[in-house]
Amino acid sequence: MSEHIVSSFDSELQNLRGRISEMGGLAEQMLADAIAALTRRDSVLAQSVIVADSRLDALHRDTEEQAILMIARRQPFAVDLRETISPIRISGDVERIGDLSKNIAKRTLAIAAQVQPPRIAVGVQHMADLALGQLRDVLDAYVRQDDGKALDVWQRDGHIDALYTSLFRELLTYMMEDPRNISFCTHLLFCAKNLERIGDHTTNIAETVHYLITGQSLTAERPKSDETVPATAPETI
Amino acid sequence: MNRMSVANRAADPSAPVRIAVKSLNFFYGEFQSLKDITINFYDRQVTALIGPSGCGKSTLLRTFNRIYSLYPDQRADGEVILDGRNILSSSINVNELRSRVGMVFQKPTPFPMTIYDNVAFGVRLYEKVPRSEVDDRVEAALRKAALWDEVKDKLQQSGMGLSGGQQQRLCIARTIAQRPEVVLFDEPTSALDPISTGKIEELIDHLRAEFTIVIVTHNMQQAARISQFTAFMYLGEVVEFGPTSTIFMNPTNKRTQDYVTGRFG
Repeated sequence: MSEHIVSSFDSELQNLRGRISEMGGLAEQMLADAIAALTRRDSVLAQSVIVADSRLDALHRDTEEQAILMIARRQPFAVDLRETISPIRISGDVERIGDLSKNIAKRTLAIAAQVQPPRIAVGVQHMADLALGQLRDVLDAYVRQDDGKALDVWQRDGHIDALYTSLFRELLTYMMEDPRNISFCTHLLFCAKNLERIGDHTTNIAETVHYLITGQSLTAERPKSDETVPATAPETI
Repeated sequence: MNRMSVANRAADPSAPVRIAVKSLNFFYGEFQSLKDITINFYDRQVTALIGPSGCGKSTLLRTFNRIYSLYPDQRADGEVILDGRNILSSSINVNELRSRVGMVFQKPTPFPMTIYDNVAFGVRLYEKVPRSEVDDRVEAALRKAALWDEVKDKLQQSGMGLSGGQQQRLCIARTIAQRPEVVLFDEPTSALDPISTGKIEELIDHLRAEFTIVIVTHNMQQAARISQFTAFMYLGEVVEFGPTSTIFMNPTNKRTQDYVTGRFG
């Protein structure tokens, strides 16, 4: 893409992209740390994730403000408008990913003293690895303007949903087995739900990246494999 | 002005063609400034012509009312079809054409007459109209041009005494008093302040319900605001033509995108 006649326009756009990269890096670190803290029951690490979230929130506010100022100043068209709107959307999704990671960290603190069935950790770790992978890939797709990579992330989210379904069932089994497991398993269920939501946010980002590159919205139905809730209302007899 | 009466802003794909340009070439002496232009202008839609200086947009506009015929070394060949007739043909009554295709210029050009006479002049020129009806036509035109309330008590004052924005609206009233089919605007607001500009943009929104409008403008945000169709021109050719939303949001041609995003140059 050639440069604008007014060079400050280019530097402002570059600045916006840089902020998204910074937010993305921070969110990736928070997610990785939150899961490590959960599986190792590391309260200190969990606390650091909670503290990091306020920095992510500040970055989000700042990014939005810069983008809105650019719209007022430049009245951008076509690809420039998409380049200005996309950081607004993406920073919102990344900020939510940070919130969800913080929530996982808080629950780590809540269950710190309790006993956990060892097999659970594997399921949660697996979900987290998928979510982290999707986040890294979609942010990479944004930086490289790689539509194929964004669409790939968009397709993959079904795996996380499927894992969530099986983890949900597994946790129910533990709770039914022994009532002393209920508190712990409930927290873990919320953690698993948070990871599933993180996956959804990465597909939101993928949709935005696709829109940024092509100017078209993704209208197809996003692949969903969360079977814990029925997709249609049951018929009343 | 009744806000509810503003015509629907979306481009109407089913609107009939009002002006059909076919293989139009234009020459200033030896220099060819329009090259094989083929483009349609749709009935009661606003079409904007945008492009860098020297691209031919004003030249194209000026073929629609044959104003170039005033200059001996300017000539056009090809076809500009209005209501089934090629207006470039020598059999066309140019004066009658110019009452059907009106024009508003960048610099307001009121006649050195009273406000009333400015508007009545064109009405009286082509039609035998009784005095009372002239009064009605003048008032109707000034109302449509959103000027009536400001001048109704001073119709006998000189038109030259009005502000720039008012003078421009007077020129618009003068044009529409003749009940044209098409109104051409050549950068109508580039000499005006933002408030006058806003009033004229609002006015064009309303005029569209009755007239087919073609506007040349350097202000891309204005083109994006008030037009339903836009043509991007460069070096005498139409590079891209389509609904305004497409041209400004997701143009097909890279040169169009470079121009509307300020990368052209």
